[in-house]
Amino acid sequence: MNVNRVAESLLALSQQEELVDLPKNCPLSENEDEGDSDGERKHQKLLEAISSLDGKNRRKLAERSEASLKVSEFNVSSEGSGEKLVLADLLEPVKTSSLATVKKQLNRVKSKKVVELPLNKEKIEQIHREVAFGKTSQVLSKWDPIVLKNQQAEQLAFPLGKEQPAIAPIEHALSGWKARTPLEQEIFNLLYKNKQPVTDPLLTPMEKASLRAMSLEEAKMHRAELQRARALQSYYEAKARREKKIKSKKYHKVVKKGKARKASKELEQLQKVNPTVALEELEKFENARMMERMSLKHQNSGKWAKSKAIMAKYDLEARQAMQEQLAKNKELTQKLQVASEIEEEEGGTEEVEELLVPHVVNEVQMNVDGPNPWMLRSCTSDTREAATQEDPEQLPEPATHEVSESEGERPVAEEEILLRDFEERRSLRKRSELNQDAEPAGIQETKDSSSQEVLSELRALSQKLKENHQSRKQKASSEGTVPQVQREEPAPEEEAPLLLQRPERVQTLEELEELGKEDCFQNKELPRPVLEGQQSERTPNNRPDAPKEKKEKEQLIDVQNLLTTQSPSVRSLAVPTTTEELEDEEERDQRQMIKEAFAGDDVIRNFLKEKREAVEASKSKDVDLTLPGWGEWGGVGLKPSTKKRRQFLKAPEGPPRKDKNLPNVIISEKRNIHAAAHQVQVLPYPFTHHRQFERTIQTPVGSTWNTQRAFQKLTTPKVVTKPGHIIKPIKAEDVGYRSSSRSDLSVIQWNPKRITTRHNKELKKNSVD
Amino acid sequence: VKVKMLSWNLDNYIVPRNYDPTLHPFEVLQEYVRVLNATKLEGVFAKPFLAWLDGHRDGVSCLAKHPKSLATVPSGVCDGEVRIWNLTQLKCIRIIQEYVLAFVGLLFTVGDDKTVKQWKIDRPGYREGEEAITYNIRKDTGIDHHWKEAVFATCGQQLDIWGKQRTNPICSMTWRFDSISSGKFNAIKTLILESCTSNRNIVLYDMKQATPLKKVILDMRTNTICWNPTEAFVFMAANDYNVFTFDMCALDTPVMVHMDHVSAVLDVDYSPTGKEFVFANKSQSREQRVICVKWTSDSKYIMYGSDEMNIHLWKANASEKLGVLTSQEKAAKYYNQKLKEKFQHHPHIQPTEQCIMKEEVNHIKHSKPGSVPIVSEKKKHIVAVVK
Repeated sequence: MNVNRVAESLLALSQQEELVDLPKNCPLSENEDEGDSDGERKHQKLLEAISSLDGKNRRKLAERSEASLKVSEFNVSSEGSGEKLVLADLLEPVKTSSLATVKKQLNRVKSKKVVELPLNKEKIEQIHREVAFGKTSQVLSKWDPIVLKNQQAEQLAFPLGKEQPAIAPIEHALSGWKARTPLEQEIFNLLYKNKQPVTDPLLTPMEKASLRAMSLEEAKMHRAELQRARALQSYYEAKARREKKIKSKKYHKVVKKGKARKASKELEQLQKVNPTVALEELEKFENARMMERMSLKHQNSGKWAKSKAIMAKYDLEARQAMQEQLAKNKELTQKLQVASEIEEEEGGTEEVEELLVPHVVNEVQMNVDGPNPWMLRSCTSDTREAATQEDPEQLPEPATHEVSESEGERPVAEEEILLRDFEERRSLRKRSELNQDAEPAGIQETKDSSSQEVLSELRALSQKLKENHQSRKQKASSEGTVPQVQREEPAPEEEAPLLLQRPERVQTLEELEELGKEDCFQNKELPRPVLEGQQSERTPNNRPDAPKEKKEKEQLIDVQNLLTTQSPSVRSLAVPTTTEELEDEEERDQRQMIKEAFAGDDVIRNFLKEKREAVEASKSKDVDLTLPGWGEWGGVGLKPSTKKRRQFLKAPEGPPRKDKNLPNVIISEKRNIHAAAHQVQVLPYPFTHHRQFERTIQTPVGSTWNTQRAFQKLTTPKVVTKPGHIIKPIKAEDVGYRSSSRSDLSVIQWNPKRITTRHNKELKKNSVD
Repeated sequence: VKVKMLSWNLDNYIVPRNYDPTLHPFEVLQEYVRVLNATKLEGVFAKPFLAWLDGHRDGVSCLAKHPKSLATVPSGVCDGEVRIWNLTQLKCIRIIQEYVLAFVGLLFTVGDDKTVKQWKIDRPGYREGEEAITYNIRKDTGIDHHWKEAVFATCGQQLDIWGKQRTNPICSMTWRFDSISSGKFNAIKTLILESCTSNRNIVLYDMKQATPLKKVILDMRTNTICWNPTEAFVFMAANDYNVFTFDMCALDTPVMVHMDHVSAVLDVDYSPTGKEFVFANKSQSREQRVICVKWTSDSKYIMYGSDEMNIHLWKANASEKLGVLTSQEKAAKYYNQKLKEKFQHHPHIQPTEQCIMKEEVNHIKHSKPGSVPIVSEKKKHIVAVVK
């Protein structure tokens, strides 16, 4: 039954039309009638049975009272002829025991279910079709997202799947080819000799053997090691490269120092462990020392040193750098003392000391006598050190020469002096090296006497210079604040004696100390910041102050001007308005009243006015499109030529108005027919509001308004095809679906009988459900 | 080593541009002028006709596409001749004397003599006889080849599916008794077939389950059908004056009705991109009656066979320049395309002929309101869908 019901419900639609074709047999009401008549008949029978009980009344023949289709041959009414034979009716009359077995059998049969009628072929087919369609539509529904994606895709580039060039395996290529030319044959022979295989793992037997020789683990370890080494090397290289690129001098200094320290430490250790090697190392140091002594390095003679020397006067750092160089020179030229040697030669320490004392130290002693006055003048915290290095005796000659030439060129002269200083110092050092044994004092004396006259001259000159200097300072300080002046005053006083004393030789230690004290005092008196401040104040020569004052003055004037100009205007605004209001108030009130009373009276004039306005509005106005500077010179105050102006002024006279001769009518001419021909009349489909549509139209696409990238993106075509490429139907693999490996053919070549049985099974399953 | 090279740095040649919209007024107007010019020029440069292939002595009745070669095109004529053409040379490569009713790309011909023959495309070598593998069939009129496998389907009294080298069909399917005029394999889900029959039906079949699936009855006879090559469940049916695009899963309403043909549509073909299609119309407005039409598999050309014994080769896009385009040309082309798309609703760009069913509208207008039911065009032509 289930099958029937399912089928009926499914086929309701399709059957409708088929039903139409069928003859309209037996209406449904017939059944009901039958039921009714059946009840009646039974009732009749019962009555008859009751009446026949008395036996008198014989059974009457049923009379035919109405027309009937079925007529029994014995003139019996056909009542009950349409009845079905029920099993119970047959069983009832059976009473005899001989038929008991039959009765039992019949009862058994009765208890069993009746087998349903098989469906007709057409219905079965229909069910088949429906099931199949359900399946296929399910399969096809997998394509929905793909189709949707393709429809929405910004760009579809056909052919969709990436075509992979068919690469034929090498065996195929070789199988149909033979070596012909001698060269080819030769190559083939070579390959043959090496037993070069043609097929995939292209390894000769030799190579294979070598591969076999090394076990896999070993090879792996070896490779890992190699990799590590390579990696380390690359790291180191990278580091070195990076360090090499570092430009910081400080960094390099630190590195060098670190290296030196390390080297010395190593040396110490070596001395303990392996003295012979240590000696060799020492020799190296000795060599380095020799080299240093030979070369001009660290002698402040190079380009850099010269430049620094120029700056030394102003720049503290430069000076320091120079000194550092010299210190380095000292350090390098120092003889290295080996600890073991010291222990050995403890007795002769003095000698060693003498030996160890660098030559520069001697120089320093000499220098103490007379520092360079020019260097001293720009005294700072380092002045004393600088001064100690100067050599006084060689100085005066060139110095005087230079100074006497011109005072204006002093800075230049000073630099030269400084440079010369160094040279002289070097020459002196050489000399001292030459005659180390000779007494320095003697030389000094001799030199002193020879340069006595020059010195006196120098003193006079320096005095002059100093006076000049002082006077300038005073000028500057007078303009500055009072405390500054107070501070500054002691300095020149102290400077003077210093300058005066310097050229004279400082002979005793006490004097030397005094000198140092003085310098120190001087330094304390003039702490750097103040000094710098003073200098900065001095140098601009009142310049910053003057303009400031001027500015202030100007500002004052401006403010005054403003005040004066503003005041009258305010006044003028305030006065007349008040008076007017007072006068017109009454009049206006009256007018207002009249207006209100006759409001809307002047319709005609209003209309005329309106029309005039409309005509005015519709008239095309002159548009000045002249672009100054196009085709001629442009700029402030220049006007485009009349010829050009005529060319660009546009005032086209439109056609006469339609309401020109109709005084009582205004015909709007806002709609432009020519433009309307180009306009969209109806809102196109996907848009829901005209503003949407307008917005899409208003966003420009072209490269004139968009960047190149945006332009390319905006104008990408939806479909791109390659000329000359066959576009195959879309495949599941193209869109990232795996297709079943089983081919369609194999699917079809199933036994059709099997298909039908399978379907039957499915059908049954369906029916059970 | 420092290597010096002549270099072409594009940045040196690109003039920086200020894209401030205030500096570039009238962009809409400018673009409108551009698109107007583009459409005008398109008309000027429209040279759609490329060549005709001359040689048949009767109206060309069927055309086919070669699955692997763009240049090879077979064509069949009712007078018993099949010609294979080379499109690049515009020459006939081969002539096969055979009465054909229909054929497909690999050159299976359905002959008058109840046979299907498989021919070689290439000319047989010297002293090599014409070898044609023959399959005996009933009186069938249509044929289609499976897209992947070596299977083909013929249709006549029933839909038969044949494997190669087999004397009997693998399976045959039918829905009551009907004469099937053409059957087509689905291009994507290749197990699905579709056929149109002489009593106004379109029937879907499933090859795997060897059963028909569904049937739609239209009000007119369907001449031919074509599956969309990119959308698995969409097909097009040329139904007399109208062409319907159907979704296979919802046959009761077509997706689209393509109307306004003057005469019956005889053939339909999709572009391989699945975005465009071409109809062959029976109308004689252009001197000849187009009988069969095909869109080439590179989507660039259209060829059709007509009554006047020629095969015509046309460009699919009339004004498209053939050959290699420079980058500037490409950019201009794409820009114009985009502009045309943007301004497509403007009357001067794409004159839209509003298809108004005047007669019907008038009928509705002049009758008592409600007495004439308004039936949508889509529903009108569908008689029933039978499961």
